[in-house]
Amino acid sequence: MRNPTVRQIAFCAVLLVALLVFPLVVHGTFPTHVMIMVFLFAMMGVAWNILGGYAAMFSFGQVAFFGIGAYTSTILLMNYNVNPWIGLVAGGVLAALMGAAIGIPCSNLRGHYFAIASIAFAEIVRIHFNNWKFVAAAEGLSLPLLPESLRNFMFHSSKVPYYYIILVFLLLSVLICRYISTNRMGFYLRAIKESHELAKGMGISFVRYRLYAIMISAFLTAMAGTFYAQYILYIDPDSVLILPISVQVVLVAMLGGAGTIIGPVIGAAILLPLSEITRVWLGYKGTGIDMMIYGALIMVISAYRPEGVWGLLTTIGRRGK
Amino acid sequence: MSAASFLEVQGITKRFGGLTATEEVSFTVKEGEILSIIGPNGAGKSTLFNCITGFYRPDAGKVLFRGKDITTASAHKICKLGIARTFQIVQVISDMTVLENVMTGTYLRTYDRRKVREKAVEILRFAGLHEKMDFPGTDITIADKKRLEVAMALGTEPTLLMLDEAMAGLTPVELREMIALIRKVRENGVTLIIVEHVMEAVMELSDRVVVINSGRKIVEGSPKDIVRNPEVIQAYLGDRYSAGN
Repeated sequence: MRNPTVRQIAFCAVLLVALLVFPLVVHGTFPTHVMIMVFLFAMMGVAWNILGGYAAMFSFGQVAFFGIGAYTSTILLMNYNVNPWIGLVAGGVLAALMGAAIGIPCSNLRGHYFAIASIAFAEIVRIHFNNWKFVAAAEGLSLPLLPESLRNFMFHSSKVPYYYIILVFLLLSVLICRYISTNRMGFYLRAIKESHELAKGMGISFVRYRLYAIMISAFLTAMAGTFYAQYILYIDPDSVLILPISVQVVLVAMLGGAGTIIGPVIGAAILLPLSEITRVWLGYKGTGIDMMIYGALIMVISAYRPEGVWGLLTTIGRRGK
Repeated sequence: MSAASFLEVQGITKRFGGLTATEEVSFTVKEGEILSIIGPNGAGKSTLFNCITGFYRPDAGKVLFRGKDITTASAHKICKLGIARTFQIVQVISDMTVLENVMTGTYLRTYDRRKVREKAVEILRFAGLHEKMDFPGTDITIADKKRLEVAMALGTEPTLLMLDEAMAGLTPVELREMIALIRKVRENGVTLIIVEHVMEAVMELSDRVVVINSGRKIVEGSPKDIVRNPEVIQAYLGDRYSAGN
């Protein structure tokens, strides 16, 4: 990992300023909503990338962590009147522990087998929640309305505060991912991705580092879950625990560029507007059209540019020099 | 524990189902020496190698490293204790540069990124690879990959380095370079065990040689002695060529 050049820093600064002023320039709920969804999935893509991109642990179970985050903070708020911010941390910790609990028995699984195990895990969680009276089973939970304030993590008059909160979450995730990738853990995860044998031979406990990766990824994804619950104010298994969310997260990261820090953000910036806009333009008639476009995009990307859009951009950048 | 027994391998037996890959193999390694393990294909050299480095758990026997029983220790802990290895089929991390590959090794005992990098650069210079340090790990020749593997292992700062066929498939010039590198490693105080088929290197480098055939140790001695040993000749060339017939 090379140090960022002045040009890269300048680019990041411009982008950040643009994102900060976006809600001040562009009014209207829909563009703000689309941006919020972009950031939400970018954040989950970044979290997935720590697993899938760096350590080749292709998790299709991210939605379970998302759901655990959403449900934990919501239940804590509804039943015990716990502030959502504390619920956010509690959900993250619980998801990380669940990640560890599932990660230990799966510590030797690679590639497809890990992916299958992660789908099974997420489906077990979904089915369980669908039948669990304590969390209102399939009925879902409506969050109690609190006065709007940052402290209550709830806003009714505008989406803009949510926009800034999720932007901060995304930046935090990107910084964590960047820290990991440029330090020991990033090196170790890439060694583990290459081969467990090689990692062991270099003194790397692949079991331990894989667990770290799962736990960090689970924590961040659960944060996204709590955000979603606070934003939509209603959760049920069909909205926060279904497999398509996991798939979306994987697509975001793969399309943008797995194993790169910024790839998932680019992926989200391409895919989420596509899905939100097709949904709104085409209404119920358009159901599935976004998926068709995704499908086509993913096929093109995996056939011609397996390193994703970011890989494509860096190749062009290098050629330009 | 006497100073002589740096590594003690005692009666290692490893079975895979009905096949006994190594049977009651014992030998010791002295600090600072180069010990070669040779034998025909399928003799059990790599199995033995994997038993010592914690990749396999032997069915019987013990491995003592500096007096400590490491028989059941996991591979990464054995590396942390100071035994590093390379692989028969060369393994480097393909989405890293040459430098990053070595840094992965140096991270074992250093955490500070800058120091990790400094150490790695120093090792690359030592291994004669520093000019290629920004090359992707996949874009170098097999010979360079083999040297890179040695450099990666050196990154973990081992006191015992075990090389599994590091010389196989090299051109004569590359072979000379590898032999020179191994000598330099030993001069730095690292003890070496090499599993090798290239006899030129074995003869030149080894202080002692252990010969394995069909999972058993048949002879141990200086390189000069073992090439004259009838049992060794028999193991390699078959009955018809052995001295007695």
